[in-house]
Amino acid sequence: MTENSREASSVLAKHTYTVSAVVRGYAGRTLYVNVGDGVIESKPVTQEMKDKFIGGRGFDLWLLWNGVADDTKWDDPENEIVISSGPCGGTTQYPGSGKSIVATVSPLTNVVIDSNAGGHFGPLLKFAGWDAVEVQGKADKDVIVVIDGTTGTVRIEVAPEDAPGDTHLLGRWLLDRYAADEEARRYTSSITAGTGSEHTRMGCLNFSLYDRKRQDLRYKQAGRGGIGTVLRDKRIKALVVRSRPVKGDSNAPADLGRISRTGAEMHREVREFDPIQNRMRSRGTSYLVQIMDDYDLLPVHNFRYGSHPDTPQINGDVWEARFTQGLPDGCWYGCTIACAHAVDGYEVKSGPHKGQIVIVDGPEYETIAAVGSNCGIFDPDVVLEINFYCDTYGIDTISFGTALGFVMECYEAGVLDTEKTGGLELSFGSADAALAVLHQMGQGEAFGEVVGLGIRGMKRYFVEQYDTDARFLQDIGMEAKGLEYSEYVTKESLAQQGGYGLTNKGPHHDEAWLIFMDLVNNQLPTFEDKAEALHYFPMWRTWFGLCGFCKLPWNDVVHPKNAQSAEPSKIPHHVQNYVEIFSGVTGREVTSQDLIDMAEGVYNFQRVFNIRLGYGLREHDAIPYRSVGPVTAEEYESRADRYDEQLRELLNLEPETMSTEEKMSALRVHRERQYELLIDAVYERRGWTADGVPTLSKLQSLGIDYPEVVAVVERHL
Amino acid sequence: MILVNRREQIAWEEGLTVARLLERLRFTFPQIIVSVNGELVRRDEYGTRAVPDEADVRVVHLMAGG
Repeated sequence: MTENSREASSVLAKHTYTVSAVVRGYAGRTLYVNVGDGVIESKPVTQEMKDKFIGGRGFDLWLLWNGVADDTKWDDPENEIVISSGPCGGTTQYPGSGKSIVATVSPLTNVVIDSNAGGHFGPLLKFAGWDAVEVQGKADKDVIVVIDGTTGTVRIEVAPEDAPGDTHLLGRWLLDRYAADEEARRYTSSITAGTGSEHTRMGCLNFSLYDRKRQDLRYKQAGRGGIGTVLRDKRIKALVVRSRPVKGDSNAPADLGRISRTGAEMHREVREFDPIQNRMRSRGTSYLVQIMDDYDLLPVHNFRYGSHPDTPQINGDVWEARFTQGLPDGCWYGCTIACAHAVDGYEVKSGPHKGQIVIVDGPEYETIAAVGSNCGIFDPDVVLEINFYCDTYGIDTISFGTALGFVMECYEAGVLDTEKTGGLELSFGSADAALAVLHQMGQGEAFGEVVGLGIRGMKRYFVEQYDTDARFLQDIGMEAKGLEYSEYVTKESLAQQGGYGLTNKGPHHDEAWLIFMDLVNNQLPTFEDKAEALHYFPMWRTWFGLCGFCKLPWNDVVHPKNAQSAEPSKIPHHVQNYVEIFSGVTGREVTSQDLIDMAEGVYNFQRVFNIRLGYGLREHDAIPYRSVGPVTAEEYESRADRYDEQLRELLNLEPETMSTEEKMSALRVHRERQYELLIDAVYERRGWTADGVPTLSKLQSLGIDYPEVVAVVERHL
Repeated sequence: MILVNRREQIAWEEGLTVARLLERLRFTFPQIIVSVNGELVRRDEYGTRAVPDEADVRVVHLMAGG
């Protein structure tokens, strides 16, 4: 279809602009699109935004804050989806520099969710002239937002009725429609969801990248918190961006030589040490499956256990053999870590796309653990099938797997039966039933519609409909703030309980992963040690999201000289790399402490944002007991030696004289008390009150004491 | 006995090497830093470096996760 004929038939609104050059990592303006009333506007990026919010997640939060009201819900028209990469996004000299970060008010948590993805959208958006895109409103029919940096136009188009619903078909359809030749395909990217996003609260976004070697599309997911659900609620079928060809200096860094030298050294490290360390270039994050099992940290059967004898059937060796090898599987240009592996030529075995030959992106560790071991499924073909369908339906694999594990435990505990599940026998390991639920979620029908509510929604539903014991559901339902847990067993690491619980968006591993430091290394013996780690690492990880970086090059390959550093867990020589890259891109000379300070401002702003929306206090940092200790007698007895020893050593009890129930009760009182003490210590370190509210002096020291921010906080001081 | 990470007491055995100790502990994570009585042990020495009785062994696992 030609652009002229498309315009005549389907363009609801159009905006023209001059594509200005990127300067030191910034395009200098953001794009506002309202799909409800057709308003399309350009907004300037101010120096204040750059200084305080940096870019990426910081820009997302600032724009979202100014777009919504105190009482905005996820499905209100004024809710926004904001996408930004950050000043270093689009760098091709350093690995992992192409992330996009998305934020919205979440249908699962009712507070701000941020989620990041690889793929080409964020960098191409910047090279098309925009540091962020902010989408608001609700259309009355399906629309496609097209941002064309080659013509300087932004259009809201009606999506034709024959446009496919699921991502693996829709993405290709979009590419054919908007990128006529090979060069255009290379510099075009889309964001789509799928039919599952229309019917569940756990919808994800698929960010496309054109794979030059495969000459086909790949997708990376911004999975967490239901952003795909918001996209489809706005009746946005897709966002499409196209830019002029990307070159090594497209991000216009202040000092190209400086970032090139830093990048070259890092590339050497990757080539030399990855083959003898995590082997990301051949296995991606799947290497973690066996490791987590070895340390009793792999979620099995709804996080009851940490290992399983069948784990070798889904471990990294299996995936290394299944992944196509020898291709440069980076999700942005120049990434030598290249962990974005895929299984090519997979024949779909079930559901509406049965018989199609497809590329399955991943699976990554989180997906394997969530839909595999956590559900008692140790068949790699089933993991692949679920991975494919979750992605194309636009359903988050983590939320799906964690929610399904909860359902399976409910089924085995008698909370559910075949009458309630519509005939599905959903015990652990039931692969056919798991797939049936997933297809129902794709169609929004039968029991799949209930699972699509997410764990918090299901807990309410089961109590209301089946008069289930609410406390039992609270204990075993692996969600906090409404977000399903990602895939690590935290029972034996108090610091990681905080790493999940004391987060802004909910229990996800991208704030602080402290299990080894705490549980294995014994580097955090005191509450103060844990609190310090729960200050530093969440800030550090937040900083990646401000700039457009992936965290993997930071710590998934490491030079041996790191062993001699004073704080090897922080990987100081890689932190210095980021100092060099940020300074080299923006021209703003910074120190490693400056990076933490930047992130701390944004982190606290997000906390205040949650408070503004009616959450974000101490009561909202509560976590389910399954993440703290054994809920059932079977769970206790499976690791009885460990727990009995703790009762003896920590509580001076004599477990041999106690019943299992008495031992469980004593352990629970102790561990829940420890978590409360941890909260006290972390809040103090972060400069928050005992109720989790950032103090005025903290806001002032961070330079975010804007009147509207202070007004939110003052109501709670 | 030897002490691992200032917490775990492990029975010493004749001919104990770093590699054997890691195997007994099931410490399979590839990104670790090992020291014996304060002295760093290079990865290529794990199979030969002896761990004496009553040694203070630190095995620092770097971060992983997602």
